[in-house]
Amino acid sequence: MIAISVDSPAESEKLRQSQGYRLPILSDAKDDVIRRWDLVHPHGGVDGADIARPAEFLIDASGKVRWVNLTDDIVVRARPEEVLAVFDAMNGRAPTGK
Amino acid sequence: MKRSWNWPVWVGFLLVLAGLVSYPLFFARFPVTRDFPWANLAMMALGLVLLGVGIARAFRQPDAYRGKVFGSILGVAGIGVAAFACYGFLVLARQLPGSHGAPRVGEIAPDFTLPDSKNVPVNLSGLESSPFAPNGEISTAMSAPQTAGVLLIFYRGYW
Repeated sequence: MIAISVDSPAESEKLRQSQGYRLPILSDAKDDVIRRWDLVHPHGGVDGADIARPAEFLIDASGKVRWVNLTDDIVVRARPEEVLAVFDAMNGRAPTGK
Repeated sequence: MKRSWNWPVWVGFLLVLAGLVSYPLFFARFPVTRDFPWANLAMMALGLVLLGVGIARAFRQPDAYRGKVFGSILGVAGIGVAAFACYGFLVLARQLPGSHGAPRVGEIAPDFTLPDSKNVPVNLSGLESSPFAPNGEISTAMSAPQTAGVLLIFYRGYW
């Protein structure tokens, strides 16, 4: 699992520490990747900055996209069970829910 | 005759306020109440009903119930708070771009390299077949094909 946002590395590290997250958080401060993946939310940030819209992608070992979640509401995110089921299917396992 | 302070007006207004504030403070933690704010909408609706009951009593029985003035003010304020909350939950939160150009299922994900929170560059295609060590650092020494793959989560930031 990796997370990406426009926050600087320092801001993301602060978030990881304060919430006890272990997943890596990547910094896309200039929206380069966000733009290339067409995930920009223009002026969606608190001070009018361009940020990423919420989106989740599951990519397999060959680089192919296997699952995409683009919600139409900022508060709705994928539930862990959904993602685990897709992940298990992708790796040829019966769903374990772990 | 002593006039009642007309509790439905006060409780109703507080309930509307609580309906707004309790979303970020409490209900947003649980997907069932976060995905659609039915608990908050219910609290605000109940609050508005109580406000209505209290204001009606104040106007119809002014000898028994206070509240023509404060009731009217809190009533308008309550409607304002509820309208603002509905606008935020149901309109603003859903104003997302279409993102039609985003990578689709079956396409190859565009590769990239970005710094992680410790300023170490991370490359997507390097990760796709190497899982992470439990402490969150990228581990290319382990190879466990049964668990390869990357879940990429783009989020708004500013937390």
